[in-house]
Amino acid sequence: MSGKFITMAHGGGGTRMQELLRQTVFPLLDEATLLDQEDAAALSVDVGRVALTTDSYVVKPPFFPGGDIGKLAVCGTVNDLAMRGADPLYITIGLILEEGLPLDVLERILSSVSFWAKEAGVRVVAGDTKVVERGMADGIYINTSGIGQLQPGREVSIAGSTGGDVLIVNGFIGDHGMAVLNEREGLFTNSDLISDCAPLSGLVRAMQEAGEVHSLRDPTRGGLAAALKEMARASSCAFEIEEGSIPIREQVLAACEMLGLDPLYIANEGKLLAAVPERDAGVVLEAIKANPFGGGAKVIGRVTEGRKGEVSLITPLGSRRLVRAPSGEQLPRIC
Amino acid sequence: MKYVDEFRLPGTARSLVRKIRELGTGATFMEVCGTHTMAISKAGLGPMLSPQVELISGPGCPVCVTSDMDIDTAVAVAHMPGVILATFGDMVKVPGSHGSLSDASAEGATVKVVYSPLEALDLARSESDSEVVFLGIGFETTAPVVAATILEARKRELRNFFVLSFHKLVPPALRALAATEDFSVDGFILPGHVSAVIGSRAYSFLPSEFGIPCVVAGFEATDILQSVFRLMQALTARPSVAIEYSRVVRPEGNQKALSVMYEVFEPVDAEWRGLFRLPASGLGLKEEYREYDAGAWPVEIPPATGDKGCRCGEVLCGKIKPSLCGLFGGACTPDNPVGPCMVSTEGTCASYFLYSYDEVD
Repeated sequence: MSGKFITMAHGGGGTRMQELLRQTVFPLLDEATLLDQEDAAALSVDVGRVALTTDSYVVKPPFFPGGDIGKLAVCGTVNDLAMRGADPLYITIGLILEEGLPLDVLERILSSVSFWAKEAGVRVVAGDTKVVERGMADGIYINTSGIGQLQPGREVSIAGSTGGDVLIVNGFIGDHGMAVLNEREGLFTNSDLISDCAPLSGLVRAMQEAGEVHSLRDPTRGGLAAALKEMARASSCAFEIEEGSIPIREQVLAACEMLGLDPLYIANEGKLLAAVPERDAGVVLEAIKANPFGGGAKVIGRVTEGRKGEVSLITPLGSRRLVRAPSGEQLPRIC
Repeated sequence: MKYVDEFRLPGTARSLVRKIRELGTGATFMEVCGTHTMAISKAGLGPMLSPQVELISGPGCPVCVTSDMDIDTAVAVAHMPGVILATFGDMVKVPGSHGSLSDASAEGATVKVVYSPLEALDLARSESDSEVVFLGIGFETTAPVVAATILEARKRELRNFFVLSFHKLVPPALRALAATEDFSVDGFILPGHVSAVIGSRAYSFLPSEFGIPCVVAGFEATDILQSVFRLMQALTARPSVAIEYSRVVRPEGNQKALSVMYEVFEPVDAEWRGLFRLPASGLGLKEEYREYDAGAWPVEIPPATGDKGCRCGEVLCGKIKPSLCGLFGGACTPDNPVGPCMVSTEGTCASYFLYSYDEVD
């Protein structure tokens, strides 16, 4: 490939774009469907219902401890499908590249897309590349879509929790937001803040094989607080959580304390919040803990018949306060 | 976390609550500092102490006490061609009479959020074609750092770094409050970090002239409960300024920080939200440092439009609880703030709204 940077010609639809696709994109993504270069991929799905999602990724910087924009794009899309109980099948990748992006940066990101797609068991079956002038974007943005198969009886909704359910998270919260913030701002040198970015479809399948799962939400932007509020509102239930049982790493807590942030509102990219009927809570928790992405799982609270949509928190002192939905922008460009 | 966890022990806190309850009923204490207000709300201490002790918030959130006029000035400076206004994130959403810095940014002004004034200095070096103005909002905790930054700017011979100083001093505000005719607070919970700089002696006029006992408190739940307990005990003793936050605060304060602060700044009259114009209650740049003073720039500020109905001023003086303001939770929310107390992370209205407001969804 001539030249080590992305130029306007790479998005022009001509020979330079073909060169980029044939020499860089196709070999890295390793997907036969792409080679056909049809206008649309023709795919097989079982008869029944499918889940469809779309998302865009603008994380700054594109590489951070524990991940990169490519891994984030795959995991974010896979997780959105998984939160409906769907088995992720296919994703699409739309690349918006800034003129001057070093080619090796694109190569590293596409390798990451390919690796994590294989890990999550999805195929990257369609894509698009556009280049914009220098200064009109920040290196690379990615847009994805994802299709997942909904198996009968496994469909999960944000509105599915009912009184008596137990609330579970699959591990430490706040890792992703603090890792990206730290990488971007260079706040704490020598820190071991690492993003939790991970594909959770296998974990959800294991949970559903172990027991019944009423509701799922991935606490991404807005953090655990937003996920709790959204689930409580959608199901018209009240949630009550124990502050002391929420798993938060020491370094995340310390960084939040210093910056005046509340870890409950910090984004996660490899976490889920689940409402599970009490009778199945034990087996589902065990299934989560047995998964590579669930070692730190904890029961953090329960669903009650109280005031609709209210999330309350019991502090370690035994006092009770409310948890609100986040307002405005918490930390910009963390996903 | 060391030095934190031992001040959050539930057992210690519960036994302090029990001891406070045993000491009787009906005391009202003011926590001066916005960080205390947030800590109290977040730990849910208010309901635990009620009705024996009522805690009310004071004028200790630097963003909140900044007047509309000062915000309007910052917005006008941000709009000047070639200017980059560097500010702590807290100030961005605070509305003045004609919108906030965030609005100014949307309209084309360059507003950059920084985590320290030194970051603004680096910005001045990298953006040498622009004039970087750091918006100096804060009390005696922030002012020495800003002063040190100005000294550093002089050392680095940076000609495009300026400070718009709206820094304020805590003791003059407390004096003004205590001298108010209907002021009925039984004790002050004094700010930990400001006191680390100015020392507990700076408040000795509160017990000696006004008979009000004070405790300088740390920021963890047991710090605050311990301070409340000591204030309860002080109600029947000779009033004094005690230090609960002894791991950080000394009676004489931090002389080094104070000398840096007064090398660059001098006390000037300042406009406080709720307390109006107080003599020698702010910090302006001394004559020798005028070259860094963006406050001396001529800016045109359109006259303020009518009363917004915001009662932040009364909230800041402890006269009303946020819920008594007609705008609270309706016309004024963190997403759409009318006054600064709803938008600052240390604001009294924000803390009530976030942690204890009983909303109807």
